[in-house]
Amino acid sequence: MRYLSHTPDDIDEMLQVVGAESLDALFSNIPQSCCCRLPLNLPQALTEWELNAHMDSLAGQTAVSPDYTLFLGAGSYDHFVPAAVSYLLGRGEFVTSYTPYQPEVSQGTLQAIYEYQTLATRLMGMEVATASHYDGSTALAESLLMAIRVTRKKRVAVSQLVHPLYRRVIQTYFDPTDFDVVELPYGSDGRTDLSKVAGMDDLAAVAVQSPNFFGGIEDLSAVADAAHAKGALFIASFIEAIAYGLLKSPGSLGADIVCGEGQSLGLGRSFGGPGLGMLGSLKKYMRNLPGRLVGQTTDVEGRKGFVLTLATREQHIRREKATSNICTNNSLCALTAAVYMASLGGTGLRNLAQLNYDKAAYLRSELSQAGVETPFSAPCFNEFVVRFSNGFTKKYEELSEKKIIAGLPLECYYPELVDHYLLCATETLSKEDMDLLVREVTS
Amino acid sequence: MSEMILGSRGLVLNEPLLWEKGRKGRNAFSPPRRDVPEASVDPDLVGDDLDFPDLSEVELVRHYTRLSTWNFGVDTGMYPLGSCTMKYNPKTNERQAALPGLAKAHPLLPPHLAQGPLELMYRLEQYLAEVTGMDAVSVQPAAGAHGELAGMLLMYAYLKSRNSQRSKIIIPDTAHGTNPASAALCGYRPVPVASNDQGILSTETIADVMDEDTAGIMVTNPNTIGLFEDNIKEISDVVHDKGGLVYCDGANMNALMGIVDMNEIGIDVLHLNLHKSFSTPHGGGGPGSGPVCVNEKLVPFLPVPRVVRNGDSYDLSEDFPDSIGKLDTFYGHFGVMVKAYSYIRSLGPDGLKKVSQLAVLNANYIKEKLKGTYHLPFDRTCMHECVFDDSIQNELKVTTLDIAKRLMDYGFHPPTVYFPLVIPGAIMVEPTETEPKENLDLFIDAMKRIAEEAKENPEILKSAPHKSKVRRLDETTAARKPCLAG
Repeated sequence: MRYLSHTPDDIDEMLQVVGAESLDALFSNIPQSCCCRLPLNLPQALTEWELNAHMDSLAGQTAVSPDYTLFLGAGSYDHFVPAAVSYLLGRGEFVTSYTPYQPEVSQGTLQAIYEYQTLATRLMGMEVATASHYDGSTALAESLLMAIRVTRKKRVAVSQLVHPLYRRVIQTYFDPTDFDVVELPYGSDGRTDLSKVAGMDDLAAVAVQSPNFFGGIEDLSAVADAAHAKGALFIASFIEAIAYGLLKSPGSLGADIVCGEGQSLGLGRSFGGPGLGMLGSLKKYMRNLPGRLVGQTTDVEGRKGFVLTLATREQHIRREKATSNICTNNSLCALTAAVYMASLGGTGLRNLAQLNYDKAAYLRSELSQAGVETPFSAPCFNEFVVRFSNGFTKKYEELSEKKIIAGLPLECYYPELVDHYLLCATETLSKEDMDLLVREVTS
Repeated sequence: MSEMILGSRGLVLNEPLLWEKGRKGRNAFSPPRRDVPEASVDPDLVGDDLDFPDLSEVELVRHYTRLSTWNFGVDTGMYPLGSCTMKYNPKTNERQAALPGLAKAHPLLPPHLAQGPLELMYRLEQYLAEVTGMDAVSVQPAAGAHGELAGMLLMYAYLKSRNSQRSKIIIPDTAHGTNPASAALCGYRPVPVASNDQGILSTETIADVMDEDTAGIMVTNPNTIGLFEDNIKEISDVVHDKGGLVYCDGANMNALMGIVDMNEIGIDVLHLNLHKSFSTPHGGGGPGSGPVCVNEKLVPFLPVPRVVRNGDSYDLSEDFPDSIGKLDTFYGHFGVMVKAYSYIRSLGPDGLKKVSQLAVLNANYIKEKLKGTYHLPFDRTCMHECVFDDSIQNELKVTTLDIAKRLMDYGFHPPTVYFPLVIPGAIMVEPTETEPKENLDLFIDAMKRIAEEAKENPEILKSAPHKSKVRRLDETTAARKPCLAG
């Protein structure tokens, strides 16, 4: 076995040192009743060559670009990733290290994550950001729990235009608690209706996503006012980080906590994970943050260096009183996002965000001119909702046979939205791709 | 001997912070060509220019390459960080996870267009069930602590379904810190119990505290002292008799693959760390993957959607009304699952068993060679890791921290230190199976030389490390006056 180095002689020599007669004898103190009765029933080992063939065949059964044209976003976006980013992320020193518990031999990870935290705060308009969480949904669930800790109140209001799957994760996290989640409906323009907020008591947080699940850009200042009027924190969530290359940051519009999904920042779709949970807050809530933080300090010779810090919030010190149970997070994904953001720079990210905005604007306008209904009037970023003709399902299937995925049917998430589809256009779709879709759906 | 020391002098390059580099007008990004007109954006929506540095590609590549050289990884050398299972990460796994049909797959594709990913997840769940002996698996949890949370939610849901809500949970003093933190998310109050003078749990200790207001026990097996919990079957019986459930933290499964049947020993729910036992890289702290494995009685409560097989095709099913729900946005860390799947297929059943045998052989070899030089609190055959302490060196006013820092100068990543908490000054060594004998011998020599240095020149330990990029860092000031962003 190529990953194991022991020769039979090595094993004999070592067994002698240990005083065991055989490898099996090493386990002789385990009661017989605990042991496997049969050998593992698994497929026999493959050679690397055979493995490649097997994996190629599994990977061949998926609808991916460029073979397919996907107008599918909904929390997982296709963006162009420069080769330099992927190349740097292959560095074994980054990939095969662990959580930097020993900072003297982990300065690479530590400085890179400190830089990630800095870029993340600038993107979100926050003062501090954590090292990472699992994904946008768990970052939001943890943000809501954080707001409950900060305010000592028990109710949270969450917009129905927060990604429906995020809301299901919130439900899972909140189920064993006595905290209450109230949903805020959406209005006819495709933005959150805040009118219920004023009448709510014991409110810890108002959570609104922008761009929202329909792609609409929310009026975040209005959310901040509504939340703060009730003494609640305003949590701004996002699923498409690229939007903040163009749009005003949630922090600049009054958010107290900003959290979301960073998959767009250089990570593949990878069938939904790993992504990157991003989470930042104002500095005054720093000691209530869940998860790891990297801070700057100096060594005994006065040189700049970085360490994991504020560990007294964390599970390995505080145990059941910790601000979160998280340990392993998504560090390499945060590093990916940092390298990607560094690759684009401020100028590149602004241009890319504008291009995304323009692609969706083009598709929306072409569809609209061709007679397709666009039911929500709110401005959108790179995603928007359309209402296709009755019984579009059949057409959708026909199109998928033609290798076009015409967006996400919304009915299973919003039963009232029959025949409504969420369409996404990023920089990876060409004008020809979009023109073809317009022709196909209106033919 | 001196030429056997791995640590050496080398040219370590300085590198400024990212935003201290670059210049407006540079860029490293060549996006797809614009082929649509620029649309007007409401100026009220548009933010100020982002304060990100603009770098050329060569600056970008140098920056991160230099940073990477300040890191120690498994690819660099032996990384005996106990409890973390820093084994070699096979490179073919990276190739498989990068295949476009997997890496580019959209999670909300219609299932008939995502058969490859679904089949892989289905098979991986089957394989993990086989390796643990459990009845069913969900690969949805994103990391070990997330798997623990899943386990706690499963226990909570099961007890609720039986109208038997409880307020406490038993957690041994050797537990990972994540255990009580995960239990607390379900409202369970930890009841700590001590290990006996053999370093394991006594059945009587558990019987004394287990009652009908206790949801069950969270046990790590092998425990964090590296010892097999010999009484586990009897302990499980005690917990089950009072209507409770047994949760096993499977972080240490690397010692038991193909050897112990977790279902047989009475475990109801167990999490695995694919980034430990199943060789996926740790990535400087994730992404991991923490599948949760259950026995029959907890199957209805597993997270949804579940991957199901219908004849020759695979589908996602939400049709499990008792499910605890969703744990993350989509299906978990699929990219990590691909690597674990690739690992299991590369090793096969005999290879996996051999992994556990050699992991245990390596740990016992180190234990035998170093006992006497370092104090071994529990001198029994260990599993995949062995735990020493610094009580011999304490007499010379040298501590575990000094020993750990000095090991860096010898070219090794230090072991886990000061954990488990029950052993003051613990030095927890987990060599893993992938370390060749010569490396173990070098490590043993280094540890012996450090013990000599502690007698002859303790200052060299107290001021270590000497050869790393930076020396000991001021963690107190970092926490008192936090500087978390530049």
